[in-house]
Amino acid sequence: MNNIYLDYAATTPVDERVTAAMQPYFTQVFGNPSSLHRFGQQAESALEKSRRVLAGFLGAKPSEIIFTSCGSESDNLAIKGAAFAARQQSRANHLLISPIEHPAVLNTANQLADLHGFDLSFLPVDKYGRVSPAEVQKNLREDTFLVSVMDANNEIGTINPIAEIGGICRERGIYLHTDAVQSGAHSPLDVNSLNVDLLSLGAHKFYGPKGVGALYIRSGTDLSPMLTGGSQEFGQRAATENVPLIAGMAAAFELVQVEHDQRTNHILPLRDYLIKQILTKIPSSQLTGHPEERLVNHASFVFEGVDGNLLISILDGTGFACSSGSACKTGDPEPSSVLTHLGYSPSWALGSLRVTLGKDTTAEDIDSFLNVLPGCIHQVRELKS
Amino acid sequence: MTPPPGARVIVGMSGGVDSSVAAALLKDQGYDVIGMMLRLWSDTGTHNRCCAPDAQQEARYIAGLLDIPFYVIDAQDHFYQQVVIPFINGYTQGITPNPCLNCNRFVRWDFLLERAKALGADYLATGHYARIQNTAAGPYQLLKSRDADKDQTYFLHVLTQNKLSQTIFPLANLTKKQVRKLAEEYALPVADRPDSQDLCFVGQGDYRDFLRKSSPSSMKPGPIIDLDGKSRGEHPGLADFTIGQRKKLGISSPEPLYVIRKDLKNNTLIVGSREYLGQGKFYVDNVNWISGEAPADPIPANVKIRYKSREVPSVITATNSNTVSIQLDSPLADITPGQAAVFYQDDFCLGGGIIRSE
Ligand SMILES: Cc1ncc(COP(=O)(O)O)c(C=O)c1O
Repeated sequence: MNNIYLDYAATTPVDERVTAAMQPYFTQVFGNPSSLHRFGQQAESALEKSRRVLAGFLGAKPSEIIFTSCGSESDNLAIKGAAFAARQQSRANHLLISPIEHPAVLNTANQLADLHGFDLSFLPVDKYGRVSPAEVQKNLREDTFLVSVMDANNEIGTINPIAEIGGICRERGIYLHTDAVQSGAHSPLDVNSLNVDLLSLGAHKFYGPKGVGALYIRSGTDLSPMLTGGSQEFGQRAATENVPLIAGMAAAFELVQVEHDQRTNHILPLRDYLIKQILTKIPSSQLTGHPEERLVNHASFVFEGVDGNLLISILDGTGFACSSGSACKTGDPEPSSVLTHLGYSPSWALGSLRVTLGKDTTAEDIDSFLNVLPGCIHQVRELKS
Repeated sequence: MTPPPGARVIVGMSGGVDSSVAAALLKDQGYDVIGMMLRLWSDTGTHNRCCAPDAQQEARYIAGLLDIPFYVIDAQDHFYQQVVIPFINGYTQGITPNPCLNCNRFVRWDFLLERAKALGADYLATGHYARIQNTAAGPYQLLKSRDADKDQTYFLHVLTQNKLSQTIFPLANLTKKQVRKLAEEYALPVADRPDSQDLCFVGQGDYRDFLRKSSPSSMKPGPIIDLDGKSRGEHPGLADFTIGQRKKLGISSPEPLYVIRKDLKNNTLIVGSREYLGQGKFYVDNVNWISGEAPADPIPANVKIRYKSREVPSVITATNSNTVSIQLDSPLADITPGQAAVFYQDDFCLGGGIIRSE
């Protein structure tokens, strides 16, 4: 298969340097980090080194980083952990989130409301999906224990003003969680300038392995563990640590920082070219998300009167792997709730396309994509339903 | 049809053994195979049997085993318009419609075929048991499966020359037993999906419940009378009954009574003894002739009036290009308006159409 991959927001291939960094921890350094002996000590050393790598780049203390199994788990732990700790300690019962969060946040918050009686409310967003700090200010309540606003949106790429939102929450002594699973691949993140208390990451979005994530927990932030058992990860998450994957995550995260400028300088012009070409070449097309404040690799569109699912199938059959932004393989088209929330009518929202570039995407890839896309869209529009 | 080597072929996959083996065979023959499934229906609460998530998962898994792409395409609106509404209307009008025919004609060999083309394929393959033959000069011919038990030409008589020229039945020369054996050889699961004559959108319930829900007017109680006009009780809705039915009439009578007719105008069911049942002559509309042309003169042919009924000899006279009258050699008791009558000469399926209500 030599299809061109343009879906880096879904996942990325593991960098060979990362696979190399993981290698020793499968068979050679295989010990349990909790064990007292040398085998365990070596594994523990790898674990703690990895923790320091993440902490260093995030501006955090090593004790503020815990490893999880994925971005979703980090989101779950941040939100449920804060909710149950709040319930145990105080009367705080209110949770405030953006309505276009990833399901890992949205459904977690919904479950807290539905099953556990927490009071959930949603912040308004503008037409680009941005949350304004003033609205956060307005919507905070006496009994709010947590605000969760994603750093960058996976479907439309929009980046939120997290630092300002964080400043407001900080003044009121309310925790701010941000899902940085998408932005972790692109932006240097500093938990102090971002003013966040909780921040989620997932390795597979930045050329690391699947099955490992991390959560930054500012010291002093009370979280109830969700996975109970042994006292690994400072008692925040039981389970023998997955040392090879954690080492891979650290290696991949380091590469994001070290190669940041190089990657950005490569991807950004390609993305801008792609957006401009699509909007000029394809009638009845719109960019979704913010035109400037967006992930550097992220281009997302809606095309009026197009079955997005069919478009993506045809593109795949032509040799290009893209997505519609919200995963739907079942052929059961529901307009994306994100796009519906931003006010797109179904005739637009059903025709969504997300093209996300990677560090190895070339100008030729983009050109050959641009060569076929208008024809494919035309074809889908012509098909009678 | 034998497409050129390497041609892109779309296989309609259900997750069942037949379409899976069809896909495997084509892949082995060197075609560029893509699996597709149509999302036809989603009714939360009912477990409809086709294109449901578990069938999808199965088909996806099989596509993975075969290492072919697989896509599910939304066809719900189209299916509703072309298949479900005519089904409901048919019952409301007192006939016993066969939705699989519309599905083949308007959904698989139209909607799906068009999308197959959009995916760069010139051919559509399915796991049907039937054969297509084309001689250099003559038109495409549709022939019965080598497996007489499994033959599905009854549902395929709607195909035109144009559609046949773009269709492949990879199981053409195989029996079900051979297909199962091949599945084992290919290490594919051998689960059977429901046969195509099942009403996939009705779900696990009964079609009557479906009608009651979707079209309450099709299920209005009314009187049952006999041929002398004498009242014989009440029926729960005409759609419950087909011509020739004896069971579930709920009448106690010394001699067995059968449904003779449905009087739609008066919502009345007319019953009588067996001797009043049976018809030697009937008419068929919406006829498709596989050859593309209606025969000029009456022809002898065997007719099948239900998927599982046996063929009976008859003489067929084309009254115009898409209607025929059929004179049976000996009368049949269960000629049911709305079902298909399909015409055969030996193994050749000549065409067919929909039985007209009197
Ligand atoms: C913004 C965001 N949050 C959370 C996740 C969940 O990540 P994972 O599926 O790796 O748990 C994703 C991945 O799609 C994401 O894009």
